[in-house]
Amino acid sequence: MDSFDILWLQGASCGGCTMAALEGGHSGWFAELKRFGINLLWHPSVSEATADEAVAIFERIASGEQRLGALVLEGAVLRGPNGSGRFNMLGGTGRSMLHWVTALAPRADYVVAAGSCAAFGGVPMAGSNPTDASGLQYAAAEAGGVLGASFRSRAGLPVINIAGCAPHPGWISETLAALALGAVDTAALDAFGRPRFFADHLAHHGCARNEYYEFKASAEELSQQGCLMEHLGCKATQAVGDCNQRGWNGSGSCTSGGYACIACTSPGFETSQGFMETAKLAGIPVGLPLDMPKAWFVALAALSKSATPKRVRANAAADHIVVPPRSDPGRRP
Amino acid sequence: MTRRITVGPFNRVEGDLEVRLDLADGVVRSAEVTAPLYRGFEQILRGRSAMDALTLVPRICGICSVSQSMAAVAALRAAGGVRPARNGVLAANLAHAAENAADHLTHFYLFFMPDFARDAYAARRWHPEIAARFKAVQGRAAQAMLPARARLLQIMGLLAGKWPHSLAFQPGGTTCAIDLGERVQLLSIIGDFRDFLERTVFGDNLDNVLAIDSVAGLEAWRDGRGSDFAGFLGIADDLALHQLGRIALPLMSFGAYQGEDAALFAAGVLDPSSAERTSFDPAAITEDVAHAWMRETSLLPMEADTDPDADKPAGYSWCKAPRLAGGPAEVGALARQAVDGDPLIRDCLARFGPCVTTRVVARLRETARLALAMHQWARQLDLAEPFLERGERGCDGTGIGLVEAARGSLGHWIELRGDSIRRYQIIAPTSWNFSPRDRDGVPGPLEQALVGTPVGDAGARAVTIQHVVRSFDPCMVCTAH
Ligand code: SF4
Ligand code: SF4
Repeated sequence: MDSFDILWLQGASCGGCTMAALEGGHSGWFAELKRFGINLLWHPSVSEATADEAVAIFERIASGEQRLGALVLEGAVLRGPNGSGRFNMLGGTGRSMLHWVTALAPRADYVVAAGSCAAFGGVPMAGSNPTDASGLQYAAAEAGGVLGASFRSRAGLPVINIAGCAPHPGWISETLAALALGAVDTAALDAFGRPRFFADHLAHHGCARNEYYEFKASAEELSQQGCLMEHLGCKATQAVGDCNQRGWNGSGSCTSGGYACIACTSPGFETSQGFMETAKLAGIPVGLPLDMPKAWFVALAALSKSATPKRVRANAAADHIVVPPRSDPGRRP
Repeated sequence: MTRRITVGPFNRVEGDLEVRLDLADGVVRSAEVTAPLYRGFEQILRGRSAMDALTLVPRICGICSVSQSMAAVAALRAAGGVRPARNGVLAANLAHAAENAADHLTHFYLFFMPDFARDAYAARRWHPEIAARFKAVQGRAAQAMLPARARLLQIMGLLAGKWPHSLAFQPGGTTCAIDLGERVQLLSIIGDFRDFLERTVFGDNLDNVLAIDSVAGLEAWRDGRGSDFAGFLGIADDLALHQLGRIALPLMSFGAYQGEDAALFAAGVLDPSSAERTSFDPAAITEDVAHAWMRETSLLPMEADTDPDADKPAGYSWCKAPRLAGGPAEVGALARQAVDGDPLIRDCLARFGPCVTTRVVARLRETARLALAMHQWARQLDLAEPFLERGERGCDGTGIGLVEAARGSLGHWIELRGDSIRRYQIIAPTSWNFSPRDRDGVPGPLEQALVGTPVGDAGARAVTIQHVVRSFDPCMVCTAH
């Protein structure tokens, strides 16, 4: 098997996507990569080559001498100040990350954004966006970014956006493995370039609070067990991801950890104000499930609230089960 | 004749780094350290609602996100007069310790040790074995360590939802109350962590490891032992790593892991030459921008702004220069254990001073201590009590949050007005260790530690430079934030 060569670079990142990647694979990330014939040409956190040895690799790729299966970028691209990219220089090269990314991307069969920063700009774009940060092919939800809306990598695909802040380790490993298998085409990506194997789900699917959601039995305060949508800011009915179907760090997830989904897989998630509160208009959450008419939601919510079992209502406002499900001693399975 | 070289991109650190060295006669004569990335968190946070800091600040750093959360939580507590639930403190300690221990293991196995597998050491007697074990990406050690690290981080799945970047850490405690089954799972993970330390890292029972209280005792313990730590000690002797990266700056610790009465690791400042310990005074902390690409501002973090100026002629880093009582200080596991009075680390200091060897020994010593503390905390959780206290939080005022991240002292200074953030200043561990020169021209700790490093003819490729830099376990994404 030919190896699938990957160059991983970090722009304006927190390094968290790499930290997540390192959690992946039952036998460890390196074994997982090897299993799929993936060769890390260079990764800033784990490779031996340093300084001029590393720069030589970049130059061989830029000149076309070294073939590149995938360029993976973690972190936003900083264009400031004044378009110079100097807020993020690549050490030892006298050149900005903006320069290196635009020089290397056209050489890669695939260009991959690891995390919402590289995909959409992410947290560095928050507030006044002081560094003129952008994602590779999007600036928040706006197509374009650093490479331009019409950019296609050598294999003919737009940037593949492994959204999430950080993404699930499995999303990273599985996307890279799928690329090495040659199994990714445009049909495998959603409208924002996110792999559909995780982006065709909503973070809400499989949440342990689903019963509370059905009855609109809501947590009023953090650490209570009710649904977090009505008061505490949960955006999981509008955010893509199979977060509650596969565990994070074993069996976790944001909502199982007791706090709201902040839609970190969505472009522009960082611009929300008041992450832990639900924005409402006339008492109704502004962000409703993506494909549900508002009138229906309001009617169903009123109906289900009136039908809420005592058990569900009591447990929703407690931090542990106070009323267990009724068990009938006479019944046999 | 002096010649100047530039080393970068500097990898196997968290983030990117550039170092400029003046060399003469095969020795480093002076060094300048550059943090090449600025993202502007202090500007981004301005004007946001107070609680939004808890979403944004963990994303300063993916490797110490819990520490960033805990610093913000501590600052919000101080500003808003909130007391946390006891279970919440214990759960946060557990998550924080899991992160710090995972960081120490990541540093040792993925960042630091692979340098000894380089061809530069091919002639050394230990090289074949070390290369097979620690060669970057391919070595056997990482294949064992990565699953152990992932298992340890399952503590986050239980107590904090996920890692990195959790919103479980709140001024009132943590958001996730666990049940009996989950407590058992927690103890099982901590047990697996201890097993990994005993079998692979140390090759001995942790009680025996922690009973070592002197350099002589460590040497006797090491002989004939096949563990990774023993392997490092052998290399350290052979290469005289205790002569590399030596400085004698004050060692500072903010104190780590809150307990019922006292922190697990005490706060203070230790003079490594005299071994005299003094108390730590937050008011003695200043930040100077003389050689940072930043416009002049107050020296006091509570009054300072962050206003970048990429064209400032005297600037050479995005990092400001933090100072304690006007001078640089070294922070990290070495400082923490030395200030706390760990006998082995105190003896290492007396023998070698702060150096490459002592920094690495302190990190693994601390990891062993954490494994025991984590077990205690998991037992102390009272499952009938809440994890989160629900008090009113004040919306105006100032607060300082001081915690210890894996890499050392981390501080957040916050000013709130009408529950929105008026000012936010962050001083990260590597801002201390990798600070540029200050207004008096005094170099930062790494800049001082590099002076005198022998590079021979290898110049920028000298592996000695790599050892000195990585001995601090720098986190460059935090440094300038
Ligand atoms: S997407 Fe999130 S985790 Fe990844 S680099 Fe950006 S801030 Fe860090
Ligand atoms: S907490 Fe969020 S993810 Fe869970 S059921 Fe409610 S809306 Fe869905």
